[in-house]
Amino acid sequence: MEDWIEIGALDEIPKLGARVVKSNNGNIAVFRTSDDEVFALRDECPHKKGQLSQGIVHGKKVACPLHNWNIALETGLVVAPDEGCAASYPTKIENEKVFISLTQK
Amino acid sequence: MKEKLVLIGNGMAGMRTIEELLKLSPDHYDITVFGEEPYGNYNRILLSPVLCGEKNIDEIMLNDDAWYDDNHVKLEKGKKITGIDRKACMVQTDDDETMEYDRLLIATGSTPFIIPVPGHDKEGVIAFRDIADVDLMIDASKQYHHAVVIGGGLLGLEAANGLMLQGMKVTVVHLMDTLMERQLDYDAGQMLQSSLEERGLKFLMATSTEKILGDERVTGIKFKDGQEISADIVVMAVGIRPNIELAKKVGIHCERGIVVNDTMQTFDPKVYAVGECVQHRGETYGLVAPLFEQAKICANHLAKLGYARYKGSVTSTKLKVTGIDLFSSGDFTGTESSDVLSLKDPAKGIYKKIIIENNIIKGAVLYGDTVDGTWYFQMMKDQADVSDIRGQLLFGQAHIGDSGHGASNQAALMADDAEVCGCNGVCKKDITDAIVEKKLFTLEDVRAHTKASSSCGSCTGLVEQILAFQLGGDYSATPKEKPVCGCTEMTHDDVRQAIREKPFTHVMEIINQLDWKTKDGCPACRPALNYYLISTHPDEAQDDYQSRFINERVHANIQKDGTYSVIPRMWGGKVTPGELHAIADIAEKYQVADMKVTGGQRIDLLGLKKEQLPDVWKDLSDAGMVAGHAYAKGMRTVKTCVGSEWCRFGTQASMSLGVLLEKMTWASWTPHKFKLAVSGCPRNCAEATIKDIGVVCVDSGYELHVGGNGGIKVRVTDFLCKVETEDDVLEYTAAFLQLYREQARYLERTAPWIERVGLTYIKDEMVENAKNRQALHKRFLNSQKYVQIDPWAERGKNKVDQHEFEPISVI
Ligand code: SRM
Ligand SMILES: Cc1cc2nc3c(=O)[nH]c(=O)nc-3n(C[C@H](O)[C@H](O)[C@H](O)COP(=O)(O)OP(=O)(O)OC[C@H]3O[C@@H](n4cnc5c(N)ncnc54)[C@H](O)[C@@H]3O)c2cc1C
Ligand code: SF4
Ligand code: FES
Repeated sequence: MEDWIEIGALDEIPKLGARVVKSNNGNIAVFRTSDDEVFALRDECPHKKGQLSQGIVHGKKVACPLHNWNIALETGLVVAPDEGCAASYPTKIENEKVFISLTQK
Repeated sequence: MKEKLVLIGNGMAGMRTIEELLKLSPDHYDITVFGEEPYGNYNRILLSPVLCGEKNIDEIMLNDDAWYDDNHVKLEKGKKITGIDRKACMVQTDDDETMEYDRLLIATGSTPFIIPVPGHDKEGVIAFRDIADVDLMIDASKQYHHAVVIGGGLLGLEAANGLMLQGMKVTVVHLMDTLMERQLDYDAGQMLQSSLEERGLKFLMATSTEKILGDERVTGIKFKDGQEISADIVVMAVGIRPNIELAKKVGIHCERGIVVNDTMQTFDPKVYAVGECVQHRGETYGLVAPLFEQAKICANHLAKLGYARYKGSVTSTKLKVTGIDLFSSGDFTGTESSDVLSLKDPAKGIYKKIIIENNIIKGAVLYGDTVDGTWYFQMMKDQADVSDIRGQLLFGQAHIGDSGHGASNQAALMADDAEVCGCNGVCKKDITDAIVEKKLFTLEDVRAHTKASSSCGSCTGLVEQILAFQLGGDYSATPKEKPVCGCTEMTHDDVRQAIREKPFTHVMEIINQLDWKTKDGCPACRPALNYYLISTHPDEAQDDYQSRFINERVHANIQKDGTYSVIPRMWGGKVTPGELHAIADIAEKYQVADMKVTGGQRIDLLGLKKEQLPDVWKDLSDAGMVAGHAYAKGMRTVKTCVGSEWCRFGTQASMSLGVLLEKMTWASWTPHKFKLAVSGCPRNCAEATIKDIGVVCVDSGYELHVGGNGGIKVRVTDFLCKVETEDDVLEYTAAFLQLYREQARYLERTAPWIERVGLTYIKDEMVENAKNRQALHKRFLNSQKYVQIDPWAERGKNKVDQHEFEPISVI
């Protein structure tokens, strides 16, 4: 069973942008794509801990602000040829509200 | 039901098209490939190193069987297509199988030309085209001693060199009196011949073959002058002919090659053709670089994107004989109206020749020292005006005001462990290994796999040289005009033109209407588009902050640990006690981790948390300070010296002029960062001659210098002109800035921009042409109206973009 936590309204996250959720286990970046899909990743690049929430979102990827690695929003996997993975969390949208769950995917 | 695509010819051009197509539209077609040769697609170019024993066949495979399986491409190896029924849309193989198609792609390459002299069909007379030929040559070298190569062109010499390295005695017979006469002039040809002779090759020049001797197998050759020599194997390398046999037979319009239009379509709209078999705008090509360009265009149309056009290619040649450096490109003889620059140092074995017409490079031949080949080639493709650097041209790029890291650009001579990319710590060996193991062809590939050249870019030339050296053929060469990024085929200039013509107001509109391949663009194109938009339509365009890099989005520089730095403007480097007090108070209040005087004459507050930024800015704003834009592709600083206000040598008031300049130009967005300086006299304490614009005051007025750069590649400014009044300085500065803003490509600083368009062009536009200068000046001031609003006050006081600085929630 997922433990859904409401974090805010969809329109509080800019399209092709991200917001940060602070949690006891560190920051989580919540991204919104151009199709209003929402994804959540640990806000730490597998490369050198760049804050993914500060990157440029394109398609279902985010480019890290520090050295431009691309990370797949759905899985947290780094896009080849670089390698690595950022933890990803389930999300859902209900009535324009965004929920995340802290059980890692 | 997917459409069916059939490819005839499993070679370099055809398969490159398939690869490009799969990138664009992986699921559009069921693809079947027919190849006469019994292998997967291999790198034909590297047959020469295979013959030399430097590589084996496995190492030159580009797409092995597993690749075809993984990509769901059906490969019919060892099957020749002998007929096409264009009405029924069906191809037929030599063993009478048939296959239907919706689209057909012909890429049958070339056939080597065999001179029809008596005896040409004897055993042991072969060409140099495919793996089978190389196998035959290597076998022959094990049993026999004497080889004759007919043809002293690129292919012939590579064959001769290979056979010699396999232990044979080799004679090269050439009809002309110069080797490679299609690429080299007499002098370079002679130098090449003597170095090959030193290595042990024999030459019979200006000699033509009459007859090949022997019974079943060749035993010798007789020449027209009566001479006879013995030969156990004869390699004919006298030229290639586009392989149009099949196309002709089925009535597809052919001249020398299969005639295609700019979309690589033949006269039958269902049938496309690429590669050496093709004739485009009257030209046929025999090198891979143009064929790969064709492949890209063709894929674009097969994927139904339909906007790319092939406009022909400029090619360059390199001989792949290890130890011989030779480069040739374009027209190397010239016409009556062209100038020839040349340099010859026989003792050092160096020869260079450059043909120039109307200040544009038309061709180059380099022998012995080819380091600058790629540079000349690039300028030639760009049609760059070289009048300003003519005097130094022959000495190479390292001599053009480039005292930076460029001096070490001897790719071939570099040690394996020498560092190529300083930003990412990539050594030469990392690159050469990646090229071989990962089968990389292009600069983009190398960037992706090794990170070399992917950061500051100063080693790009070197990486290109390593590619060219490693692969021999110049197929790493970037096409004449590069697309903005992988999302489009359009170049920076194309996009700009489109934006000028259409009243776009948002980045996403451009991406949608100009048929981007990706839905939202990427981090390379979006910031560029946003810049083009706001600089072209400052009044109407919507600045899209999601298309800006983090620093510009939040108006501060992100640091390695995720904190930010804040650098307030200090106009012209001047500061008051009040401002210093305010800065000190703020530093204490927010417990700034570090303070530093920057290289731009102002103070940096380091280590601030993002949440703190609006408050810090509010306090700075209350003390009368605005953003320093130290984070921006925009106007940065105006550095000044104390000038006539204080200095005993000062000729003009450099400090106050600096302040005027900064007040006029601050907050302007530019293609790359833009820095100014004003020095009070030619002692130049403000280092004005390495700035984008430098003003050097003199007794009688102001010297204006442009295009300097102190960063990665140091470049000293060019002298633009001298003006008399401060108002002139302001007008010329604004005009120069505006010209740069309107015409340079995104991320092109003034230095490379000026080298690309030429100083003469800039003088024509804004020094000679007063009307245009005034118009530029006016447009600049107009655009400033929309941007000179302090972004820090907006965020610190007026609560703009607060979502950037606050978490959405705390859980
Ligand atoms: C802070 C400062 C260093 C310092 O402590 O003095 C600095 C810091 C950075 N410089 Fe610089 N540069 C600083 C003066 C310079 C200077 C000196 C100058 O302006 O007189 C130069 C050489 C002059 C020139 O630009 O021609 C300089 C040439 C560069 C370059 C190379 C640019 C080039 O065209 O080759 C880069 C890389 C780039 O922009 O792509 C760069 C990039 C950077 C970045 C933005 C790197 C980055 O992307 O994070 C650094 C940001 C650090 C930060 O967040 O604060 N910095 N940088 C200086 C800020 C000046 C200011 O007040 O705004
Ligand atoms: C030894 C050598 C060295 C070279 N060095 C360089 C270099 O340094 N730099 C450079 O740029 N270029 C070089 N080239 C040229 C380069 O290899 C060619 O330009 C390139 O391979 C042409 O590609 P293509 O696809 O048009 O033809 P190919 O690669 O020849 O492919 C055509 C394929 O179609 C097959 N085919 C033909 N007809 C049929 C049919 N009816 N049915 C089925 N299959 C068919 C052929 O068997 C062949 O495999 C070199 C070539 C050779 C031979
Ligand atoms: S401040 Fe400039 S020189 Fe120093 S590390 Fe950063 S980019 Fe390099
Ligand atoms: S920290 Fe993300 S790319 Fe380096």
